Amino acid sequence: MLKVFTLLANLIVHTWLKLPEGSRWTHSLHFFIEDVTKIFFLLVVMIYIIGLIRAGLNTERIRVFLQGKNRFFGYFLGAGFGAVTPFCSCSSIPLFLGFTQARIPIGITMSFLITSPIINEVAVVLLGGLLGVKFMIVYVIVGILVGVVGGIFIDAIKAERLLMPIVDTVKGGGNEANITYEKQELTLKDRHNFAKSELKEIFGRVWKWVLVGVGLGAVLHGFVPEEFITDNLGAGQWWSVPGAVLLGIPLYSNASGMIPIAESLLAKGLPVGTTLAFMMSTVAASFPEFVILKQVMKPKLLAIFFVMLLVMFTLVGLVMNAIPF
Amino acid sequence: MKIQVLGTGCSKCNQLMSATVNAVNELGLDVKVEKVSDINDIVAFGIMTIPALVINGKVVVRGNVPKLDDLKQIIKRG
Repeated sequence: MLKVFTLLANLIVHTWLKLPEGSRWTHSLHFFIEDVTKIFFLLVVMIYIIGLIRAGLNTERIRVFLQGKNRFFGYFLGAGFGAVTPFCSCSSIPLFLGFTQARIPIGITMSFLITSPIINEVAVVLLGGLLGVKFMIVYVIVGILVGVVGGIFIDAIKAERLLMPIVDTVKGGGNEANITYEKQELTLKDRHNFAKSELKEIFGRVWKWVLVGVGLGAVLHGFVPEEFITDNLGAGQWWSVPGAVLLGIPLYSNASGMIPIAESLLAKGLPVGTTLAFMMSTVAASFPEFVILKQVMKPKLLAIFFVMLLVMFTLVGLVMNAIPF
Repeated sequence: MKIQVLGTGCSKCNQLMSATVNAVNELGLDVKVEKVSDINDIVAFGIMTIPALVINGKVVVRGNVPKLDDLKQIIKRG
């Protein structure tokens, strides 16, 4: 179905503009037109549909569900809900405290908070549309596993010791029996309104990054020779994975722009694991998120958390590079 | 009538604050909209998604910023 965008780009570049075949500019322009139309289409359609489906999901409901669940199973559930719940990082702290109040182990809360930004609708839709369904599935599975392992690790080091005193206050004050949620009956119109506002909000935020990302991807596509990537950033250079992870951290707000660049790099021979590690660190490790978490975590825990993410993403990259894909 | 906006200062929180002030003004109500930004106080309302709107101690909006007309309806209902 997505072939239609290739045909559209063919029509514009070759039939209407009559640009010379084989020229680098033609290749770049073709890439740009195809990707921008495809990404905008996918984003609009998929964000709306996902919005309709998950309109009724809220964190209050999930908290009731996670309360008192089996520990080990809890990590998977935490990460799984992190993947599907609409969630803005500005709510990290109320969520953290709210979960703690319900006596949910902090590892399970961390599973939720780690997976939540990794698996978001924009990243998943773009990965599926540009890099293929197989890549998308691997990304989702790895995203959930990273959350599960991260949560288990946080509990294993007994991170409760390293939380700010505010967390204990909440824990002491909360009455477990009181934690319930109001069931909201959603009509189709409510769902439509939710999906529409999600679409407006997300699209309004990401469209410019898509243009920038596809623009850079297009230049890479037309002008950077394949040998340059495989020789300098190929699987043979072990440092390229941690390097990609470090590079991803300051690029946090631009995940939507990074994916078209990743597409271009992948096509030029950048190894899958390196690409995956780069993508994850772009979306999951960001300075604003750490500043927010500082309210509940002591600096030591924050540092451990940060290093833990770096190590996990690097391992993901190295392992995926080693597996034939 | 007591109207409170709960939020820690994120962009959506500020949007809800100004939208609520607008709605109150357009309804001609003589109510001061109170801003609650202390995380302890926010959590005490039992919510985990911000921003939220609280009228007379009851959480009526959470996690999103309703349109002005909807907001007016919500405030009228109390």
